[in-house]
Amino acid sequence: MSAELIRSTATELAGLIAAGEASAVEVAQAHLDRIAEVDDQVHAFLHLDADGALRAAAAVDARRARGEALGPLAGVPLAMKDVVVTEGLPTTAGSKILEGWVPPYDATISRRIKDAGVVMLGKTNMDEFAMGSSTENSAFGPTHNPWDLARVPGGSGGGSAAALAAYEAPLAIGTDTGGSIRQPAAVTGTVGAKPTYGGVSRYGLIALASSLDQAGPCARTVLDAALLYEVIAGHDPCDSTSIAGPVPPVVAAAREGARDDLTGVRVGVVRELGGAGYQPGVLTAFHDAVETLRKLGADVVEVSCPNFDYALAAYYLILPSECSSNLARYDAVRYGLRVGDDGVHPLEEVMSLTREAGFGPEVKRRVMIGTYALSAGYYDAYYGQAQKVRTLIARDFATAFEQADVLVSPSTPFVAFGIGERVDDPMAMYVNDLCTLPASLAGTPAISVPCGLSEGLPVGLQVMAPALGDDRCYRVAAAYEAAVERITPPVGVLA
Amino acid sequence: MGWLVDSPIVPNDSPRNISRAEVSHLARLARLAVTDEELDVFAGQLDVILGAVARVGEVAAPDIPPTSHAVPMTNVLRADELRPCLPREAVLAAAPDVEDGKFRVPRILSEEA
Amino acid sequence: MTYEDVLERYEPVIGLETHVELGTVSKMFCGCSTAFGAEPNTQVCPVCLGLPGSLPVANEKAIESTIRIGLALNCTIAEWCRFARKNYFYPDMPKNYQISQSDEPLCVNGNLDVEVNGQSYRVGIERVHLEEDTGKNTHVGRSGRIHGADYSLVDYNRAGIPLVEIVTKPVTGTGALAPEVARAYVTELRDILRTLDVSDVRMEQGSLRCDVNTSLHPVGATDWGTRTETKNVNSLRSVERAVRSEMLRQAEILDADGKITQETRHFIETTGDTRAGRSKEEATDYRYFPEPDLVPLAPDAAWVEQLRGTLPELPAVRRARTRETLGISADDMRQMANAGVVDVVGATVDAGAPVGEARNWWLGYLAQKANEREVDAADLGITPAQVARIVALVGDGTLSVALGRQVVDAVLDTGADVDAVVAERGLQVVSDTDVLAKAADEAIAANPDVAEKVRGGKVNAVGPLIGAVRKATGGQADAATVRAILLEKLGAQ
Repeated sequence: MSAELIRSTATELAGLIAAGEASAVEVAQAHLDRIAEVDDQVHAFLHLDADGALRAAAAVDARRARGEALGPLAGVPLAMKDVVVTEGLPTTAGSKILEGWVPPYDATISRRIKDAGVVMLGKTNMDEFAMGSSTENSAFGPTHNPWDLARVPGGSGGGSAAALAAYEAPLAIGTDTGGSIRQPAAVTGTVGAKPTYGGVSRYGLIALASSLDQAGPCARTVLDAALLYEVIAGHDPCDSTSIAGPVPPVVAAAREGARDDLTGVRVGVVRELGGAGYQPGVLTAFHDAVETLRKLGADVVEVSCPNFDYALAAYYLILPSECSSNLARYDAVRYGLRVGDDGVHPLEEVMSLTREAGFGPEVKRRVMIGTYALSAGYYDAYYGQAQKVRTLIARDFATAFEQADVLVSPSTPFVAFGIGERVDDPMAMYVNDLCTLPASLAGTPAISVPCGLSEGLPVGLQVMAPALGDDRCYRVAAAYEAAVERITPPVGVLA
Repeated sequence: MGWLVDSPIVPNDSPRNISRAEVSHLARLARLAVTDEELDVFAGQLDVILGAVARVGEVAAPDIPPTSHAVPMTNVLRADELRPCLPREAVLAAAPDVEDGKFRVPRILSEEA
Repeated sequence: MTYEDVLERYEPVIGLETHVELGTVSKMFCGCSTAFGAEPNTQVCPVCLGLPGSLPVANEKAIESTIRIGLALNCTIAEWCRFARKNYFYPDMPKNYQISQSDEPLCVNGNLDVEVNGQSYRVGIERVHLEEDTGKNTHVGRSGRIHGADYSLVDYNRAGIPLVEIVTKPVTGTGALAPEVARAYVTELRDILRTLDVSDVRMEQGSLRCDVNTSLHPVGATDWGTRTETKNVNSLRSVERAVRSEMLRQAEILDADGKITQETRHFIETTGDTRAGRSKEEATDYRYFPEPDLVPLAPDAAWVEQLRGTLPELPAVRRARTRETLGISADDMRQMANAGVVDVVGATVDAGAPVGEARNWWLGYLAQKANEREVDAADLGITPAQVARIVALVGDGTLSVALGRQVVDAVLDTGADVDAVVAERGLQVVSDTDVLAKAADEAIAANPDVAEKVRGGKVNAVGPLIGAVRKATGGQADAATVRAILLEKLGAQ
């Protein structure tokens, strides 16, 4: 039973619990057992909350026993990325500087997840403050890809993606600033969606780059991701950038897509996202996926977005600039680490010593780049120009969406690479985000869905849509998912 | 970076020659007590990265408006109403040092900006 | 060097940056209370503490108050503007950036006319923008100041209170009157803010704070001199003193062929001097950029016009009307202006008091009280309506003037309303003749010697008997009435 439970989808688990065929406590315990069994190899979790999870599960069982109506994901376990603030549960964002911090409040999405009866198992590993594409930048050690433990699970949300791939949880929350949901999903053979900017509240998300950050759902199927999205999405008065309109109907879209028919849907292949610099196996898998979409009835066209070539440069100015400011609050005064307070060092030096000791190299690098780019003499040439590139990229999208309903590309140019392979070369790490950055900069929605293997490792298909057209992403991704054989981590990798 | 030779993201600008002094200045502004060793490493890396990202200057013409917010919204405001504050124990719980209900910090060198 | 020497050789240029804490119920970007004087760190939440993950949402009332201030200062209201982050590290700033506005202020390009010695000066307003206040540091150690402190303590109750910054354009052509013009400007601005009801503008509590820029250039020169910025100027008198002291200091340096350093200086209340702030380790680079957590403001014409419709009669207009409708002489007007009571006299008259009475109370007893308490008469803590009520009660004989003064004292001490004070303390003239007659009989019986003298024709000896009666009636009997009753009983009339 336990093995069946952990391999079930969230939809299936919710059905079992609602029907009384499994208790929420049983489901939670099965996943906690799985974590106990494999997480010393995977290291997906930073903090476990077994007691809290079992309590939440018992509450769902009690509500069911009283005959109360349960939400569509009630009793289903979830792994929460450690960048999301959880009241009473340590929240570190993968950084030493926040080690031991227990927030006195809940993020809006934490609250919504609890209110929906979803059972939070614990907090997952990530690149420090979500800066990275491999989860190697976590201050608490890397996460291993369940497909090949010597490889990275992507990043920054490698912990959430690996937890799904290792069957430690059927649902997870990620955050995506430049690809931190989609790229890990791609290299772990899971599903991850970045919503339209403003679709999911940012209140309680530890900020990396405020104008880009979005939390989103991670799961092993498109429908599961859609169900989770509808739990967390919707207007929040605590976030000024939260959209006040109706939530895109992604669950309906996922169900419609699963009927396997894309007749009349115009699919645009982005010329600039492919070709030189991409691994051949990734391109082969991607082209096969496009063929599948064509067979499902889609009209496939090629579109050109010339300014996407500048997305990486713009992103690596906007992100460091905003993060240099967002991370200024870690100063040894109100919370977190304090180093050098020996009665001799003045506050200014204690701040500097603390930040030096508390931040890892990638964080320091980006903070300094951002500090440089915002400086009076350089603002126009760097930050100002990067914001103009953002406008150009949005215009490219607008033009492309005149010709196509959705755009597709590989989710990332590479399959999972080896742990340690790229840590010393920042630029080599940054190119992992080539395909995911344009949608981040434009604030538009995108999903990554597994599209086969290259050298035995998963490849991701990215489906992009216009702002608030999240449902289109889910429809096309669900149709594709239904048309191909599901890939699962090879048996035997995990003991 | 051999596998990146044909990639559009290879830095094509001449190096910025970010000096150790500049890195040291940035570190001071950002309150990072970087070591001498780090100064060397960061100087080289910042040079490469800033060289690569300088490409934004190639395309953005003067008539292009900058985008600071991805979603076009204005006037998102809240009514002037009280909401509960945090209990003081919760406020101070995570503080490295506390005295008399306040956050205690080492002596401050500079005056307010 | 004398002040006259300075003016013989130099022309001053001044500029003022005024920070006003708005009187909103809640903070700028969160729902915490702005009330003054709470226990440290009890009016804070994740937002104003800058906890990881928290986000700001702008207070509508604060935006509206800022636009109303801009309109009252004849500014243009921006059709579209963004908040910006001003980045610098300081422990009283929870996020180590301040949400402010930089090159996109909400209101720009206005003016304010002020009058000094009968002459009008137009002060240009560069900008009015909105930002958040910081927390408060207390320096602990031998000196109690930042220098030589052993450590500091931080309270964030004030952090996030909406703060409006009003910046003037450089003010030229004031000559010797620069200090007075500076003071007149802050006075007028304060009166406008009070009239708009956007702030309690209490300089002593820091809800109105002033930075004064001063520079000197040789008479006839076209280029202005290097300016200094004097902070910590926390009373109207200090504004005037700070400009004067800085003019003298700079003139001495310039006379000795020295150079003025562009720097921040601090005003010292006790000496009236300024001293240099400790110089920063590096030039400040605030790295402003648009605040991504807040969306732009775009006040449309309808909103702005609706707010314009809420503007009350402004002090200058009210003063002109007061002068005209009350028929106050030019001398009286000047005397009232110098005492800073024109508006309150006008308001007291508006509340029903006769002009002469209103004027006498504000220039007399109330001015004396204000002087004792070292506040401006308008800040005394009694409203024009309350004064008008006292005037009315004295007018109808319910109170004597002396009792009226006691009522003033009680209102100032307790904050209670006039009628409540009168009722609670039984402060009414005792005019019940039976009561007075009985008290008079007792006084006579208790002081036979005095009574005998009066009966014998020494009318002026009646004083102790009057005192006894008044004492017996709790000081609330009118002395003249008591005297008449006593003299009648003693047959000495």
